[in-house]
Amino acid sequence: MIRSKKVKRPAARPSARRAKPWHLRLYVAGHTTKSLEAFANLKQICERNLKGGYKIEVIDLLEQPHLCKGDQILAIPTLVRKLPQPVRKIIGDLSDTERVLIGLDLRPAA
Amino acid sequence: MKTKRAKPTAPAEILPKCPTGIQGLDEITGGGLPRGRPTLVCGGAGCGKTLFAMEFLARGASQFRENGVFMSFEETEAELKANVASLGFDLTRLVQRKKILIDHVHIERSEITETGEYDLEGLFVRLNYAIDSIGAKRVVLDTLEALFAGLPNEAILRAELRRLFRWLKDKGVTAVITAERGRAHLTRHGLEEYVSDCVILLDHRVNDQIATRHLRVVKYRGALHGTNEFPFLIGAEGLSVLPITSLGLNHRVSKGRISTGIPRMDAMLGGKGFFRGSSILLTGTPGTGKTSIASHFAEAAAQRGERVLFFSFEESPNQMIRNMRSIGLRLEPLVSRGLLKFHAARPTLCGLEMHLATMFREIALLKPAVVVVDPITSLLSAGTDAETKGMVTRLVDFLKGTQITSFFTSLTHGGHALQQSEIAMSSLMDSWLLLQDIEGNGERNRVLYVLKARGMAHSNQVREFLISNRGIDLVDAYIGPDGVLTGASRVAQTAREDAEALTGRQEAGRRQRELQRKRTMLEQRIAGLRTDFESEESELQRMDDQAGTRTHVLTSERTALARLRQADVSDVKGANGSDTNGKRR
Repeated sequence: MIRSKKVKRPAARPSARRAKPWHLRLYVAGHTTKSLEAFANLKQICERNLKGGYKIEVIDLLEQPHLCKGDQILAIPTLVRKLPQPVRKIIGDLSDTERVLIGLDLRPAA
Repeated sequence: MKTKRAKPTAPAEILPKCPTGIQGLDEITGGGLPRGRPTLVCGGAGCGKTLFAMEFLARGASQFRENGVFMSFEETEAELKANVASLGFDLTRLVQRKKILIDHVHIERSEITETGEYDLEGLFVRLNYAIDSIGAKRVVLDTLEALFAGLPNEAILRAELRRLFRWLKDKGVTAVITAERGRAHLTRHGLEEYVSDCVILLDHRVNDQIATRHLRVVKYRGALHGTNEFPFLIGAEGLSVLPITSLGLNHRVSKGRISTGIPRMDAMLGGKGFFRGSSILLTGTPGTGKTSIASHFAEAAAQRGERVLFFSFEESPNQMIRNMRSIGLRLEPLVSRGLLKFHAARPTLCGLEMHLATMFREIALLKPAVVVVDPITSLLSAGTDAETKGMVTRLVDFLKGTQITSFFTSLTHGGHALQQSEIAMSSLMDSWLLLQDIEGNGERNRVLYVLKARGMAHSNQVREFLISNRGIDLVDAYIGPDGVLTGASRVAQTAREDAEALTGRQEAGRRQRELQRKRTMLEQRIAGLRTDFESEESELQRMDDQAGTRTHVLTSERTALARLRQADVSDVKGANGSDTNGKRR
């Protein structure tokens, strides 16, 4: 999944909530369990909530360490919501779906 | 071969040190921070942690050819550059030449949501990348504790920090980690439990409204180190730790002498003045002429073409020039020729450390042969006793070490405690002059003593000290049965003595003349007597002669008579004496 860009653009069904496409960036460091889990979790959440309007970029810092600085990455894995603004960061393996949704502003905080 | 030959250095493998280049710190730690290990620098807000860390990197890069990474969790690169620019480090250039890499890590808790497991591999990767990209040997993490504020899960954080320090050691970089001072612990989040090799504590304390910075090496595993608290300065050259106790006394000494500018005072000091490179203390009560003597000294040195730096803590340069003109010293031309430089500052302007730092800088800039501090006591009031003593020691040592003759004036307050207040300081000084007021007969007069002058024969006499519009002069004070007299009473006493001497001389002359007269009289009398005697003698002579003649005449008459009587001559003779008659019977 190194530098793999998975873009899904469904043709027909317009998203009810978001007109703009989502740009998500997932930072990982090597093929660790946590990284794989995080990617799986993210994909699942996106499929469920943002079907058709998102783009996930996965960056392996072991390959591209200089990219650390740009998004101020400390924790691994970190998910950065580049678009829509404002930028948001979610750290961890994204196993807590509820918190991920809150973090991505897809659901108002309880 | 059963055992290999024992290595001679096997038991005491010396811990390699990484010199910091920070003035004084390498002396305390015996060479620097432990190489290849992390060092914790902790302290409260504003005590100079970041500066310490930055200087460690900057000096490493510029002096020891060791590149460094500065990972800042608080300040941005631009801020850091601006902050240290005032301290003489051109960080921008070092960054451009890829000697130093500054990496600002920004964590905003509000932007971060935590879901599930994570680690800080990102930080590791980032640090690793930074280190490798410039081949860094030194790393600074300033302030790592910001992570505690930014990341919610402390358990993960602690585990990761432990791993980080391990990783830094494995990486072989010498790291400085800064941390905030905690209440009960050295650091707020107990970082000291991870960094066990070297812990340095910085402190900024306020005593009597005066703030002084202190540095203490709390722990240094595997090395001897100074354990005291050392005051340190943050000056234009960066940090400067003042290890008073670790300084050796091995200054070069000079046999050269330097005139005081007052001939009589030179005469009091073995005829030649002070030793070059020595330290001189001049104490005195207010208004005894300390500044005047100091100015004379400064003027004399400048006239010889030596550079003089005059620190004035009481008068502005212009005031000083004006006042000294009144006693016949023209300082202006010397100032304009650049031989004499005044540096005037109010003692209350800043703390002691700043004053000293400024002095160090000025001295380094001008490279003077003579430094005058007027008065040093102003500095003493800018700190507590023990601290200032240490600082002054350092200053004196510094000046001695660089062969600069230093002249300190010291203000003492009236009474008889003149010699008490500066005992501690005076022991640092090579020569000590004392100016004193003597009050009596409705006037005050100044006297000067040489209390001590190491290594030279010096006068033990009290000299009266006169300030006139031609300058300073020393005259012998009157020392007699009535004690030491000065001023008008000295003049009066001298006049009285002169009068007495004159009377005495006149009296003696009179007596001499009297004697002469008596002698003349006596001689006259003797002459008279002699005349009398002589006349008497001649009279007697005459009478004797007459008597002789008569006897002769009588005898001859009797002989003639006897002849006439036909008497035997012998009978006649017998008739003259009884003996003859007796014989006949």
